[in-house]
Amino acid sequence: MLAYVLLLLGAVFCAVQAMRTRLLPAALWLAGCSALVAVVLYLIGAAELAVIELSVGAGLVTIVLVFAVSMAEDEPLPRSLLPRPLAIALVVGAVGALGWIVLPDLTAVTPQVALVDSFVDQVWGFRRLDLLVQIAIVFAGVLGILGLLGEVEEPVESPDEQVEPEGVG
Amino acid sequence: MNELHALFGGILFLLAVGLYGLLAGRHLIKLVIAMQITIKAAVLALVVAGLMSDRLNVAQSLGLTVIVVDTVAAVVALALAVQVKRLTGTLDVGRLARLRH
Repeated sequence: MLAYVLLLLGAVFCAVQAMRTRLLPAALWLAGCSALVAVVLYLIGAAELAVIELSVGAGLVTIVLVFAVSMAEDEPLPRSLLPRPLAIALVVGAVGALGWIVLPDLTAVTPQVALVDSFVDQVWGFRRLDLLVQIAIVFAGVLGILGLLGEVEEPVESPDEQVEPEGVG
Repeated sequence: MNELHALFGGILFLLAVGLYGLLAGRHLIKLVIAMQITIKAAVLALVVAGLMSDRLNVAQSLGLTVIVVDTVAAVVALALAVQVKRLTGTLDVGRLARLRH
């Protein structure tokens, strides 16, 4: 239990630092948070998801964030729209209500019939359609990015508009 | 207090940090970071729910879906942010909202 507490405290600390610091350090703090969450997932027993979280969350998203920050150019972070006490009160109220509902009834429930399916069977068997939709979403995302970040081609001059060279005729 | 309480406590704290970032944030890229933190809490909650109900593999497959869609959304949002910065010169949500006037 101590391992879970320390890892989750570390993840929360990294998340807080990611929200407090400037953009480039925030991307690195987010990578740290992803890595610690991946370790927690592995300790729970979700090894496949831990690997995906580590590679995607701590790897791909960090690279994309650093790329975006370098292209967008870091600027001073503006002050919050909502007054800070109001934002904190709303968050504490919402998360506190969720904790009040969930935490007292937190006991492991074992169903009478336990399905023994591997992760591979779940993803490639029962949720094959979902997997196809995810692939479509990835392709849609790639096309969206190409459309957003693609260079605008300059218009090609028509032959009628071409200027005749000097000294002719 | 057992391991489940520790896990859910961590999930609630992560969720709180992400929600605060979404509520109080004004910078587009910071909003994307806050969304990422919130989604990490959601994925952890999914996996813990799967652990509690002895359906960890189902929870993992659901978590995979969440991570894939969240990553695509974050990448497209960052591409949009880059374009917004190029066109308007700012990523401040408050200033961008006044552009329509």
